[in-house]
Amino acid sequence: MAKLNINGQVHEVDVEGDTPLLWVIREQIGLTGTKYGCGIAQCGACTVHVDGVATRSCTLPVEAVTEEQKIVTIEGLSPDGRHPLQQAWVALDVPQCGYCQSGMLMAAAALLAENPKPTEADIRAGITNICRCGTYNRVLAGIQRAAGETGARG
Amino acid sequence: MAQQIEASRRGFLATASAALGAFTLGFRIPGAAAQGATVPEINAWVVVKPDDSIVIRIARSEMGQGTLTGLAQLVAEELNADWSKVTTEYPTPAQNLARKRVWGNMSTGGSRGIRESHDYVRKGGAAARMMLVQAAAESWGVPAGECRAANSTVTHAASGRTASYGSLAAAAARVTPPTEVTLKDPREWTIAGKPVPRLDTVDKTNGKQVYGADLKLPNMLNAAIRDCPVFGGKLRSVDEAVVANRRGVRKVLRVGDSAVAVVADTWWQAKSALDALPIEWDEGPNAEVSSASIAEWLKAGLDAPEAAVGNRAGDAKAAIGVAAKTVEAVYAYPFQNHACMEPMNATALWTADRCEVWTPTQNGEAALAAASEAAGLPPSKCEVYKIHLGGGFGRRGAVHDWVRQVVEIARQMPGTPVKLLWSREEDMLHGRFHPVTQCKLVGGLDAQGNLTGLTMRISGQSIVAGIFPQNIRDGRDPVVFQGLNPGGEEAAIGYGIPNILIDHAMRNPHVPPGFWRGVNLNQNTIYLECFIDELAHAAGRDPLEFRRALMTRHPKHLAVLNAVAERAGWGTPAAPKDGMPVHRGLAQTMGFGSYVAACAEVSVSDAGELKIHRIVAATDPGHAVNPQQIAAQVEGSFVYGLSAALHGECTVAKGRIEQENFDSYPVLRLDEMPAVETILLPSGGFWGGVGEPTIAVAAPAVLNAIFAATGKRVRTLPLRHTDLRRA
Repeated sequence: MAKLNINGQVHEVDVEGDTPLLWVIREQIGLTGTKYGCGIAQCGACTVHVDGVATRSCTLPVEAVTEEQKIVTIEGLSPDGRHPLQQAWVALDVPQCGYCQSGMLMAAAALLAENPKPTEADIRAGITNICRCGTYNRVLAGIQRAAGETGARG
Repeated sequence: MAQQIEASRRGFLATASAALGAFTLGFRIPGAAAQGATVPEINAWVVVKPDDSIVIRIARSEMGQGTLTGLAQLVAEELNADWSKVTTEYPTPAQNLARKRVWGNMSTGGSRGIRESHDYVRKGGAAARMMLVQAAAESWGVPAGECRAANSTVTHAASGRTASYGSLAAAAARVTPPTEVTLKDPREWTIAGKPVPRLDTVDKTNGKQVYGADLKLPNMLNAAIRDCPVFGGKLRSVDEAVVANRRGVRKVLRVGDSAVAVVADTWWQAKSALDALPIEWDEGPNAEVSSASIAEWLKAGLDAPEAAVGNRAGDAKAAIGVAAKTVEAVYAYPFQNHACMEPMNATALWTADRCEVWTPTQNGEAALAAASEAAGLPPSKCEVYKIHLGGGFGRRGAVHDWVRQVVEIARQMPGTPVKLLWSREEDMLHGRFHPVTQCKLVGGLDAQGNLTGLTMRISGQSIVAGIFPQNIRDGRDPVVFQGLNPGGEEAAIGYGIPNILIDHAMRNPHVPPGFWRGVNLNQNTIYLECFIDELAHAAGRDPLEFRRALMTRHPKHLAVLNAVAERAGWGTPAAPKDGMPVHRGLAQTMGFGSYVAACAEVSVSDAGELKIHRIVAATDPGHAVNPQQIAAQVEGSFVYGLSAALHGECTVAKGRIEQENFDSYPVLRLDEMPAVETILLPSGGFWGGVGEPTIAVAAPAVLNAIFAATGKRVRTLPLRHTDLRRA
């Protein structure tokens, strides 16, 4: 039995300790905004925040997470879907298929929390999630817009 | 929402509607959308509710390409609708069949979503508008010709009367549909042709968009599957006792003759048990095939006497025989996996007299046919509910192998819904791969450096032979010649070459081919456009001028090429970037109904590191329905094309694909993404697609720029096999 603090709520879950946090979030908690893409921490579709740090949940065993650690998923990124990044994403129509975008937004939110005024190079180095539709340039512009910049490329 | 619901379905509807929101996409109750429930449809395309909200039915699938929004714009334009009131829904494939395909083709591939259906969807919108106007005129006792419709309101100016579409909808549904419908001149458009925001963005930013992989039905179980990794092999045996007592495991099942599935309470339990399951395969006749053996076989095809002709004029071999100078080169393009971010998945519920499937599919009707066959039930007793796709790119269109699998699983568990989700590894090993080909080109130049003859022999795989063999005629696959056809409105070569011979020696390895975004236009454009660059160099001519001289009778091809050359500043030196010289490369082609060109700007360091700074891309799609979404497609197409050009390759060893995940199948990420400037040049008079064509110019523009930078020709892809360090 594990206790997890997810989006401010404590959940008790009865799973094998080696179950990845991703699958606990999706199958036990029932929050499906966090996606499975690769299972080996390559693509970032499963990105959540653990104590504010962008974390690829598909390779993190649930037994390695304590009740004190605060897990935030895309559903908890903002109470009303109006995080500056979410607003920027809507304003720029960033998503295409959208499957990677939960992870993309969570990675971007952690980046901005740590570095509120990132350079373009910071963003390019910091966002390593995979998008196959090819939204990268709008992801870049969305992060710049949320950071209060013009969105113009340097 | 639909009001007339079968009692037994209420529980499910509540679950689905809570999870998905109203009108979501295939999740309405079977028959409800088509029958209109308490709100009668005006016609198959348009439902207007009493609160003035408008439901536009979309037959094609949304997989990120924006078709949902674009098609809704076209209908709303002719409807004279208030765009802020527009929502969408998918009619189901079985409804389409039951209504004699009133929604036409549901297939969503080949960049056909809009270009193939614009006429009848606009007519649907226009007819609905005329019926709303007629209903108003009849209620007011005035001639319909005196009434005008705008912004979801009908007005009779002379009497000052107005009525909203919502108030007229019930009466309009009883009006006899018009037999003659006149469409607007696109120059009059106010909704279509405009860069309106997508209709599906918000739910994709907050986790609410439900994909097939996220679906939950009451009492649903989860399945993980492993198919024989060697194509053509079979399942010999499994030792299910090893996993039978694992927590959550319900069943270990054979699926067809080549796969095994574990069904469990959760997917993670199913997947973990499958990983622990001892499986023996009968690897069959292909277990010794390798990339090297395939390459050897294709190489022999480059000079084989037998070949199907795709484009012939004059006598190319004779012209080359008397040429002042000849140039010869061999190119090769590897297998690629679509690698959709959402792995293949579907959910099925089978009983002896009905089979229902929920799945992300590019072709609902093909999914229905696959479900029907696997279920042992006629299509009338089956249904497919389409869900937005987490990527498609051609993988989820022509072949529905995962749908067959889930139905075969569900058939062994009657009455229990089962969701099958492939692991990434399963998805990589069991793709429908971009075909493998090689190409030998020979060109002849006269003393003035004019191209007088060209032969182009393609050797390798035919997608059509693998998927629609009935479409092969006299051994010829017409799709193999995309971008190389002698003329016409589709995939025509952009050069006038007096003596030309393009042919194909078909060689089909056992690795199953598929339609991969851009299809054969991708490698054909690399072959032709890189070789044209080689010829220009051999002729001592500027690559742009060399092309222009061959394009005098191809004004649309030329216009997009000129546009990128002008925007990029071709002919003037590029400003250095980060202290490195910048070099340019060009490419142009025509396919999926559109004319496209690109100019790439790159640097290559002394250490051989490539940096792609900027791509300028031009598209003439005839008509442009949503310019900002076309730009998104163009940007995305470079990610797809450059991922393949720089990194993408599926190799074969012991009959199976070697790359199982993104660690060994790298794709382009943000750090490598160039700036993309999209030029849109809709010249009118035709309708072209935009989801695919610019993929084809991505690689050759970059490869030609690399030659300009390094003097090195990259003829075998992906690029990572070539050392770009200065010699």
